[in-house]
Amino acid sequence: MSTMVGAEDVDERPAADVLLDFRDVAMQFPDGTRALTGVDLTVARGEFVSVVGPSGCGKSTLLRIASGLERASAGTTSVAAERIGYVFQDATLLPWRTVRRNVELLAELHRMPKDERATRTAAALDLVGLTGFEKHLPRQLSGGMKMRVSLARSLTLDPELFLFDEPFGALDEITRERLNDELLRLFVDQGFAGLFITHSVAEAVYLSTTVVVMSGRPGSIVGTFRVPFATPRDPDIRFTAEYAALVGEISHALREAHS
Amino acid sequence: MAGTTIDVTAPPEDGGTAPAAAGTGAGARARRLLGRRPGRAGGGGPRTRGTRRSRSWWQPGVVFGLVIGLWYLVSVYYDRVVELSWVVPYPHQVLHEMVLNPAFRGPLLDDLLQTTIVTATGLGVAVLIGGVWAVLMSQARWLEQSLYPYAVILQTIPILAIVPLIGTIFGYEFTSRAIVTVMIALFPLVSNTLFGLQSVDRAHRELFRLQGAGRWTTLAKLQFPAALPAIFVGLRTAAGLAVIGAIVGDQFFQRGTPGLGVLIQVSNQRLNGPGTYAAILTASLLGVAVFLLFGLIGRLAIGKWFDFS
Repeated sequence: MSTMVGAEDVDERPAADVLLDFRDVAMQFPDGTRALTGVDLTVARGEFVSVVGPSGCGKSTLLRIASGLERASAGTTSVAAERIGYVFQDATLLPWRTVRRNVELLAELHRMPKDERATRTAAALDLVGLTGFEKHLPRQLSGGMKMRVSLARSLTLDPELFLFDEPFGALDEITRERLNDELLRLFVDQGFAGLFITHSVAEAVYLSTTVVVMSGRPGSIVGTFRVPFATPRDPDIRFTAEYAALVGEISHALREAHS
Repeated sequence: MAGTTIDVTAPPEDGGTAPAAAGTGAGARARRLLGRRPGRAGGGGPRTRGTRRSRSWWQPGVVFGLVIGLWYLVSVYYDRVVELSWVVPYPHQVLHEMVLNPAFRGPLLDDLLQTTIVTATGLGVAVLIGGVWAVLMSQARWLEQSLYPYAVILQTIPILAIVPLIGTIFGYEFTSRAIVTVMIALFPLVSNTLFGLQSVDRAHRELFRLQGAGRWTTLAKLQFPAALPAIFVGLRTAAGLAVIGAIVGDQFFQRGTPGLGVLIQVSNQRLNGPGTYAAILTASLLGVAVFLLFGLIGRLAIGKWFDFS
C-alpha cells in the first residue's frame, strides 16, 4: 500500500521538473542551536510534500530556508522555482487595508501594472470564494476567511511553488477541513507544487502526494511516505480504511522518531 | 459591499469560530464555502466599540457641579475671612470677565489667537523634526543608539535652564516662543513615532522581505501605516504640551505680540483676579481643544481599523 522510499527514488524525476532540491542541509544558529542536520528533500512539479514533526523540530526552519528568509549553514539548497508563494502561520493581513487591497499587495510590491493587478486580484478572490468581500477590513473577517485572503494574496503571483508554514494550525476543525478541501482543489486546478508544514498527520496525508517525517531537534528526515491516492481527491477518502492505515503508519513512525 | 453584512460580535482574534453570516451579495458559492447560513445577519456593517461606549452624562455633570461648588467655598473663604477676594475670585466673576466684559474679552481673544499661532507653529515644526528623527532612528540600530540619547536629554533638560540662552541667541520674540514650544512638544512625537515604526510584526516584515521590497517601500507601505496609532497618541500628548510651551514661551519672551502667558502675568500683577483666572482657563481650554482635535483627526484617519480612543 504505502511505501517507504529512500532518497534514491526521489532522484528518478526529470531534473527540469525539480523545483526545490535540498542536499545534506544543516542549520546551526549563531547561538549554537542546531535546528537541522543532513536534510535531503526534493519537491518537483505536480508534487505536494508535507513535513510532519512536533513543535521545535526545525520544520519551520526548513521552510524559511526554502523561501530565502534564512540561509542554511551547510549543504546545498537549490530552488528552481521563480515564483514562490508563502503562507505564514498567521494570515498576516495588513489591518488598514481592505480585503482587495490586501490581496493586491504582493502584485503591488512587484510593481505590476494597475489593470493586471486588478485582474489578478479579482481572479484570486474568486478562487478562494471571497468575491463580494472586497471592501471588508480584516477585523470583520473570521479566522478562516482571513486565511483565504492570505492564500489569495499569494495566488496573485501565480506561484510555481507554494510554501505553507502550518497555515491552518490556529483554526477550528471544521474550518480547517474545509480549507484543506479548498487547498486540494487549488493544487489540482492551479498546478503549483507545495511544501506544507504541519503537525497534523491526518491533514498531511489528505493533502499530499508525499509525507515526510522529521525527527526532533536537530531535525532530520526519518521517513518518506508516498500517498497512493490520486488527485483530485474525494473528501470521503478520509473515512476509508486505507487512509486510516496510512495515517496510523506515519503516526507510528513519528512516535518512534520522538521516543 | 452589495448588501453584504458580517457579524463581528466575536473578536477577530479567536480563529475561525466567528459566526459571520454571509449576506445576499456574497453569492451562494462563498456562502457554501464559508458554511455560513444566511439570515441572522449582524446589523448594518461592522459593530465597533463606538456603540458599546454608551455615554452617561449625569455623573460627570455632578462632579463638575461639585468642583464649582468647592471653588465657591474657597472663594467665600478668601472673600470673607482673608478679605483678599482677587486671590480666588468667584466663578461667576471669572465667567463674566471671560465672556461678558468687552474690555477684557478683546485682549483675551487677541492673545488666544497669538498663543494658538505659536502652538500650531511649534507643533508643526515638532512634527516634522520628530518624524524625520524617528524615521532616521528606525533605519539602523547604530542610528538609534547615536540619536536617541539626544531625545532623552531634550526631555530631561530643564527648559528654564536654557531659556536665557534661547533669548540671547534668537531674541525675545516669536522665534524664541516657538522654539520653546518645539522643545517641549518634541519628545512624545519622537518616542511614539519611533515606537510605532519599530512595532511592526515580524511576519509582516518578512512578508515584505520575501517580495524584495526595499527600505522606503517598506517604510511607506508597512511601517508608516502600522505606526499611525502610536503617532496619533504622540500627537495628542504633544498638542497639549505645545500649549504649555507657548504659555511658558510668552512669559520669558515678551516682545512683539505675545499671547495668553503675558496676559496671565499682567492680570496677576494688576491684582485682577477674575482676569488672571479667565486667561488661565482660556489657555486650558485651548489645550483641551487641540487634544480633542487630534483625537478626532486620529479617529477619522485610523478609526476604521484601530480602536483609537
